[in-house]
Parts: sequence; structure tokens; C-alpha cells
Amino acid sequence: MIAETGHFALVLALVIALVQGILPLIGAQRGHQPWVALAAPAAGAQFVFVAIAFSCLTVGYLTSDFSIVNVAENSHSAKPLLYKISGVWGNHEGSLLLWILILALFGAMVALFGRNLPPDLRARVLAIQGLIGVGFLLFILFTSNPFGRLDPPPLDGQGLNPLLQDPGLAFHPPFLYLGYVGLSVSFSFAIAALIEGRIDPAWARWVRPWTLVAWCFLTGGIALGSWWAYYELGWGGWWFWDPVENASFMPWLVATALLHSAIVVEKRDALKSWTILLAIIAFSFSLLGTFLVRSGVLNSVHAFATDPSRGIFVLIFLFLVTGGALALYAFRAPTMQAGGLFAPISREGGLVLNNLLLTTAAATVLLGTLYPLFLDALSGEKVSVGPPYFNATFIPLMTPLILLMAVGPLLTWKRADAGAALARLKAALVAAAVIAGIAWWLLADGPVLALLGMALFAWLAVGVLVELAERLRLFRVPFRDSWRRARLQPRAAYGMTIAHLGMAFIILGITASETWQSESLTVMRPGESVELGGYSFTFDGARSARGPNYDTIEGDFIVRKDSRLVARMKAETRTFSNPPMQTTEAAIRPTAFADLYVVIGEPDGRGGYATRIYYKPLVSWIWFGALVMMLGGFVSLSDRRLRIGAPRQRQAVAGAVPAE
Amino acid sequence: MTRKRKRLYLVIGSVAALFVAAGIVLTTFEDNLVFFYSPSDLQEKGVDEDRRFRLGGLVEEGSVVRDGVVTTFRVTDLAESVPVTYTGMLPDLFREGQGVVAEGKLDGAGVFVASNVLAKHDENYMPPEVAEALKKTGQWQGGTQ
Repeated sequence: MIAETGHFALVLALVIALVQGILPLIGAQRGHQPWVALAAPAAGAQFVFVAIAFSCLTVGYLTSDFSIVNVAENSHSAKPLLYKISGVWGNHEGSLLLWILILALFGAMVALFGRNLPPDLRARVLAIQGLIGVGFLLFILFTSNPFGRLDPPPLDGQGLNPLLQDPGLAFHPPFLYLGYVGLSVSFSFAIAALIEGRIDPAWARWVRPWTLVAWCFLTGGIALGSWWAYYELGWGGWWFWDPVENASFMPWLVATALLHSAIVVEKRDALKSWTILLAIIAFSFSLLGTFLVRSGVLNSVHAFATDPSRGIFVLIFLFLVTGGALALYAFRAPTMQAGGLFAPISREGGLVLNNLLLTTAAATVLLGTLYPLFLDALSGEKVSVGPPYFNATFIPLMTPLILLMAVGPLLTWKRADAGAALARLKAALVAAAVIAGIAWWLLADGPVLALLGMALFAWLAVGVLVELAERLRLFRVPFRDSWRRARLQPRAAYGMTIAHLGMAFIILGITASETWQSESLTVMRPGESVELGGYSFTFDGARSARGPNYDTIEGDFIVRKDSRLVARMKAETRTFSNPPMQTTEAAIRPTAFADLYVVIGEPDGRGGYATRIYYKPLVSWIWFGALVMMLGGFVSLSDRRLRIGAPRQRQAVAGAVPAE
Repeated sequence: MTRKRKRLYLVIGSVAALFVAAGIVLTTFEDNLVFFYSPSDLQEKGVDEDRRFRLGGLVEEGSVVRDGVVTTFRVTDLAESVPVTYTGMLPDLFREGQGVVAEGKLDGAGVFVASNVLAKHDENYMPPEVAEALKKTGQWQGGTQ
């Protein structure tokens, strides 16, 4: 009964989404108010029915109802409770349902928080959201029904892929989807603006919080995925330029560009059609990511067992959405009135350069990701594009971007004095030189990239702090005045400072862990030791044990530094029976300056075990930096001026608003 | 600054950025394409010693020999097979008779020195390249893919 209720709720949601997608559009065009007013309640109702469907599937998983095909194929009665819940989205149908749930949630939130929007704009935005919902509801109902029944039901389910039985999985997909789907709101706002043919600073203020929410969750979702790969796959790496990773990284790059160009629309009424285009591209990349993952064209942990009709459906949907949006853009964008003028060296100029670099970076990632697919389709030749390509294209693009990140916020709007801005960055330049010098001394004749990375870190970190000090006039006015200024600064300005600092931390983590990492790969017998990074790792034997739904071999390692006990570490190899599979549980011990990382592998049959030990300096700063970036986003979001719906249309641009 | 001048700068800036990016992309792209070959392809076409590529097929039954952290095995598409040596820890699902994709280079003696053996994430999952290579030699028996 529960499955049928869920299925029926989904069909109802589809009908409501159709109403939400069509009537308000016509109503807004013809000035028919009752139809315009329909949009908000429809968005709420759609969310309620999708939520009912999602709850039904969750109940199916919780009660291990194996008469539902989806539950029987992806769950098992012996699975711990957390993974019964997260297992709901650990498969194609369930994760699609989660996607739709989040889409409907965003629609309902726009309806709820958008009360101050002009009614026509709100109706159009919600209608576009509704139409996207129609596409995905058709997709799930016709190709990926999660509520199919099985007769007779099996005694037990086939279990969840053990790699996915991890707390990381419980959060990684929802975060990523909140990011992907959140970009649909910016997209809907862009399309609504194109239909109305009007974009002004107020529009940018309405869109910015939604882009910011999506960007924060996307940042968090990507970081979680990277962290999960780091500790669960046992390879010691944290980013592989895997096509699926790229699929989430491209929307992030474009969303970052969008976030910055929307500021120019908001403050200076310029770059309007470019911002619209970015909003369209950002969501198109989200859909492209969905297509890459769902169609099974990629070989990856994310590729669920596939069915070609699904890939074709998403591809058609992608063409309709992107093609339709771009056609509308080509038709309407020329009618938009260009706004504020600016000199090439100005805050706007800096942001334009930021946008150029970010979108070019997204384009190179796109080429590297899609080229193998095209070559396969055209010539049948199988190739892959590896990390060397991405490193070779990314580093030259990111270096100027990071140099610019310290300068840009110091430039004034309209026309700026580059010399004055650079003069203020003297401290950053000195810091960069000193750090690069120290790195050079530590490395003797080490890789140049390490020096570059450390110098960029110092330049950016100090540059960000210099900008903050400038804003507070620290050390130039009495401290009491600086404190007063500090309290009057808008939160959005602090958000920028925090997020940019997060970027500096990421650079530090990447550079340090790539440069000063050391590793050992040996067969170890009990009692044997390995020296690494100033630590001594002694293998203290291995034993078998039993977990809730797996058998495990636990290897104990005693870590000492200068004969002082630092830690006992326990690395595991787990063997699951449902489905039959092994996973590696790396033992990771973060210390003040580095991660110690131990993996135990196959026994050699003579009492020894293959072991791999890494010493990874500052690697956790990568994820810490991403967390800081996300925090910066949320701080900016809490800014009162950006409170959703707060700005009035055509409000005078706030006077001397400081850097942002 | 007139509107035209501004637009001109923008266009020049974007074109310059595009050129630089295209230059980098084109010079690095060719060198970093990693082709996929099955053991039969290797027999037919031959590959330069210094060229990195991916080798895919099944791990031949009874061919796996472990010596400490060095593993040697043969990759087969059931028509031809290639000896492989790998130093490191094999992915959890590395088994005789299962699909495998390895990345590396040939040494002078025709042994494939793998620097990376790709993990299969799921018991039932066959890398699509491997499935296709097996189909070509007429050895594919799997029904559902």
C-alpha cells in the first residue's frame, strides 16, 4: 500500500507541476491575476506531494519492505539504520527522487520567501521551476519508477554497495543536489527576466541569495565527496579529475563566476546580459552533470546500473532546457539596456577578468571531460584524458586568478588606481617572497610549482587581511574607531574575506601535501617498523574481527615520534557478504602539521601484510579551506541587505558601500 | 571611456584569454591523451615504448603471482594476453577472472608496467571498455550490461 501511495503522490505532483508551469506564465502575460496567484500555492502543493512520495520510499527502506523492487535491489535487513536511510538515495531511482524533492523544496521556498517580489516576476520564476519539475517527474515516472513491486518478494535484499555504507554518503549527495538544484532558481530568475525583458540591480539582489545558497552547498558537497574518496578508497588521493568529479566542478566554476558578476549588476547595473548567460550555463552544467552520471557513459562509482532510455531522456531534456534558454537569450538579450560604464582598471574590470578566467577554466574542464565521449562516438577509439592535462591547463589559469583575488577588492568601482592598490599590497608581496624563500631553502632545488603555490598562498592570505585592515583603517585611526567600523561593516564584506581566506587555505593544503608528502610501500611482519616523516610506524600484528554486517582484518600500528608514543592506529580490510565485496578502511590520524595515513592490504601467506603508509603534510587544510569558504558564503547570506525579498525595486544604490 | 572603447577592451581581453587558453590546451592535449587498448589491439597495432596507455581485459586465471608488494599477472581478452607487473596495493576487487583496467607503459621486454590499476567499484560491474574489447573477440558472455 505504501508504495502505491508514493507512486500516486508522484503522479499528483506531476499534475500540479503542469498547472504550476503553464497557467501562471499565461496569466502573467495576459494580466490575468487569478492564474498569476496560482503559482505560489501550486509550488507548495507540489512540494507536499513529492515529500509524501519520498517519505513512502523511506518507510519502505526502514521497514525493509522487499516487495518493492528498489528496496530489494539496494537494501538488506542486516544493514545499520543510518545506511537504511541513506540507502534511499544510494541508487538511481532514489537519488532521482531526492533530486526532485530538493527541486520542489526550492520552488516552495521561492514561493514562501518571495512575497516581496513583484507578483508577475514571482509567478514566472515559479512557472519555470514548475516546468523543470515536469521534466524530472516525467523522467522518474516513465523510466525510473522507484515504487515498482516484486512478486514474490525475496527473503532478503541484495544489499547496498559497501563503499557507499559510510556516513559521508549520507551527506554528500544531498549537499551536492542542494547545490545543483539550487542553481535552477538562478536559472528560473534569468528566464523570467528574459521574458520580462528587464534586469536591474533589484533583480540581482533577489537572485544573489539563491545563487549563494546553491554555491555554498555545492562547495560543501564537492569537498565532502573529495574527503570521502580520500579516506574510503585508500588511495591516498583526494581529487582524480574523474569525469564525474568534473561534472560537479564545472557548475561550481560557473556558479562562482555568476556570484561575482551578479555583484556588478547589483552595484553598477552593468554586465547584465553576461550574468543572465552565466545563470543559464550554470544550470545547464548541472543538467549535463546529471546526464553524464545517469547515462552510464562513464565508468565510475557514481554510474548506477543503467538503461539507455534514461540517458536519451536526460539528453533530450538537456537540449530542450539549454537550447530553449539560449534561443530565448539570443532573441531577448539585445533589447537589454546596457548600464554603468567603467574603465578597464576598476573593480568591475577585475570582476570581468575573474569571470573570463573562471569560465575559461570551466571550458577546459568541459573539453577534457567530453572529448573522450566524442572521440568514442565518432571513431570508436577509446581514450581518457588524465590529470596531467588538467594540471597543465588549470595552473596557468588559476595563478592569475589568485594574484587578482588579492588586488580586485582593493580597486574602486568605475575607475581605479592600480598603482595605489599594489602599493598597499607591499606586505603581501613581502610575505610571498619570504614564504617562497623558506620553501626554496627547505626544498633545495625542488619543484618550481611548490614555490609558486606557497607564494600564492602567502600573497592571497596576506592580501585578504590587508584589504580587511584597509577597510577598518586599522592602525591608521584609533583602535576604538576601527572597532566601530568593524561592527558597521556589512556581513557580505566579511563573507568575502572569509571565503577568500578559505581559498588561500586550500592552496596551502594542496601545495604542502603534494610537495612534502612521503610514502612507504612494503610487506610488514609483526614487530617491524617503518620510518616516515620523522615518525616510526611499528606493525603490531593483525587479527580477524566481526562487524555488524561484515568480517574484518584489523592491523594495529603503533606510531612513535622520538620514542614517545603518538598514536595507535587501526587499519582494516572489510569483507562484506551482501553484496560480496571488500573495502579498505584506511587509518587516518591528523596531527598538528600532517595526516598519518595507513592502509593494510593482502597477507603474503607468511605472516606479513602489504602496507602502505603516507605522511601528508597539511592535507586536511584542503577540506578545512572548503569549509571556511562555505562558512564565508553563509556569513554573506546572513547580510541584512540580502535578506530574501528585502530590497525594493529601483532602490538607490547604497552610497559608499565598502569592498565586497 | 566610451561604451565602444569599453566593449573593445572587453573583446580584446576575452580574445586574448581565449588564445592563451587554447594554446595551452592544444599543446598539452595531444601529449596527455591516454588511449585504451585490449591485448589484441596491442598485438595488431603495437605501441611505442614510451607511450602511456590503458590496458583492459580480464585477469587471466592462475596468472597472479605476488612477491611482497610486487604483483605480476596477465591481462587477457581470451584471444591474446599481455604480462603485467604492478608495484603497489591492488584495488579491493582485483580477482582472477575479473575485469581490470591498468594504466602504464610497456618496457623493453614487452611487459606492461602498470603505474595504476583502476578499481572496479561493484561486483557486478564490468568496465564498458573491457566489455567491448571482449565483444570484439567474440568472448562476451555477460547478458546484461
